[in-house]
Amino acid sequence: MTIKNKAYIAGIYEHPTRHAPDKSTAQLHAEVAKGALEDAGLTHADVDGYFCAGDAPGGIWQMSDYLGLNKLRHLDSTETGGCSYIIALGHAAEAIAAGKCSVALITLAGKPRTGPMPPRAYGPEIDFEMAYGPTTHNAYGMCAMRHMHDFGTTSEQLAWVKVAASHHAQYNPHAMLRDVVTVEDVVNSPIISDPLHRLDCCVVSDGGGAVIVTTPEIAKSLKRPLVRLTGHGEAQKGPNGGRKLDLTYSAGVWSGPAAFAEAGITPKDIKYASIYDSFTITVVIQLEDLGFCKKGEGGKFVSDGNLISGVGKLPWNTDGGGLCNNHPINRGGMTKIIEAVRQLRGEAHPKVQVPNCDLALVHGTGGLLGVRHAASTAVLERV
Amino acid sequence: MTEAKTQEKKYPAPQGNPETQAFWDAAKQGKFLIKRCTACGEAHYFPRSICPFCFSDKTVWEESAGEGEIYTFSLMRKSATGPYAIGYVKLKEGPAVQTNFVDCDLSALKIGQKVRVVFKPTDGAPLPFFTPVG
Repeated sequence: MTIKNKAYIAGIYEHPTRHAPDKSTAQLHAEVAKGALEDAGLTHADVDGYFCAGDAPGGIWQMSDYLGLNKLRHLDSTETGGCSYIIALGHAAEAIAAGKCSVALITLAGKPRTGPMPPRAYGPEIDFEMAYGPTTHNAYGMCAMRHMHDFGTTSEQLAWVKVAASHHAQYNPHAMLRDVVTVEDVVNSPIISDPLHRLDCCVVSDGGGAVIVTTPEIAKSLKRPLVRLTGHGEAQKGPNGGRKLDLTYSAGVWSGPAAFAEAGITPKDIKYASIYDSFTITVVIQLEDLGFCKKGEGGKFVSDGNLISGVGKLPWNTDGGGLCNNHPINRGGMTKIIEAVRQLRGEAHPKVQVPNCDLALVHGTGGLLGVRHAASTAVLERV
Repeated sequence: MTEAKTQEKKYPAPQGNPETQAFWDAAKQGKFLIKRCTACGEAHYFPRSICPFCFSDKTVWEESAGEGEIYTFSLMRKSATGPYAIGYVKLKEGPAVQTNFVDCDLSALKIGQKVRVVFKPTDGAPLPFFTPVG
């Protein structure tokens, strides 16, 4: 049993807003759902599968009722932080392959700039961790410190990730940060949590995005370019009872190979990669874990513009990514799917469009890389 | 690098629960406990009743020497309560422990540095922290 070629991405929509004081969070979910359905050429009445995560106000039954999704045969609210939407992509394909739904809607939206973030949910670790103040910045900082210690990775190498994102963002009229930055700009910005500087961190934005996943038959009946899912993987990693703690790798070492194996390809075949850039270090570790380079060589891999479309070997996050473009409700997985589909359709900005882009990777992590997290990888193909 | 000193700050009291109460009772005596599984022999942290490695219920409390070395850390400079250094200690007994480093010059911390446990008061049971040795 495989999901290979059994589900197509028929619709995508990234909300143009980055600051939405005049809208409700539920309204943003509805607007992105409407946008993705219109992009696909489908209607609200066609949706029989719905996927949302922790950003959906109240949860899946509240949101599905609010959206008027009265024909649902399949509901899934798997919550794995920023990679929830990449996991949902795989789960939607599974449901479609099993005949449990035929038009699946995945939504993400939120407004961290204009409202309080929901408090972090703690589990049984609460008494043994909460008092020590783990946050996104210091949890990724801890990974970066150890990566530098073990492999000699430098702040200048990490900075190249931000430089590449900024080169792409200059062409995106919706991007929050459109100015091209240099390595010096990054390493001279203030340190937030060692060794990460302000410019090593992604933006905080209001907004959202949605994706429509459907059957091959329905996708072929529509007027959009055909993009299908050929492989998918998901995994989790945590301190594991404190045994053999190693923060230099992520759950991507499991989700990546699973997705590549199902797709029957290797990293060398990938023409474009969307990789969640919560911080610059996240990208370096993910590139290693996915097999684009050896463990410890990610810093060298990203240097000298290697991630810049038209310049380097691996065009990456050509919308400007979370570092410069958009990072709705601090969850980067959805926008990674959307830009990969744009690339495969040939609808990316001409300045960053990868020629003949027929095979793309989508990958992200969710949670805190230095504490506990999930990862998900998807391989997408233009037919 | 700014000279960042540990602030005396107020820490939240542990909530406790039946599974971990012995840990907090021992902390009140200045003892730092870990759990060991007598079926597979492995120690783990934070403490569970069922071993996360072999899923045996034959786990027992063990007093840790409270000594280890810094696996990694990050000095959080942007914080409403002042800078603090979060990190992991690898205990002599094996398990890694998430903690803050205290009672030291936070800007002088190093990976591999030897540290020992110190307890800090809360309104309930005291919490374990680590401080550099020597």
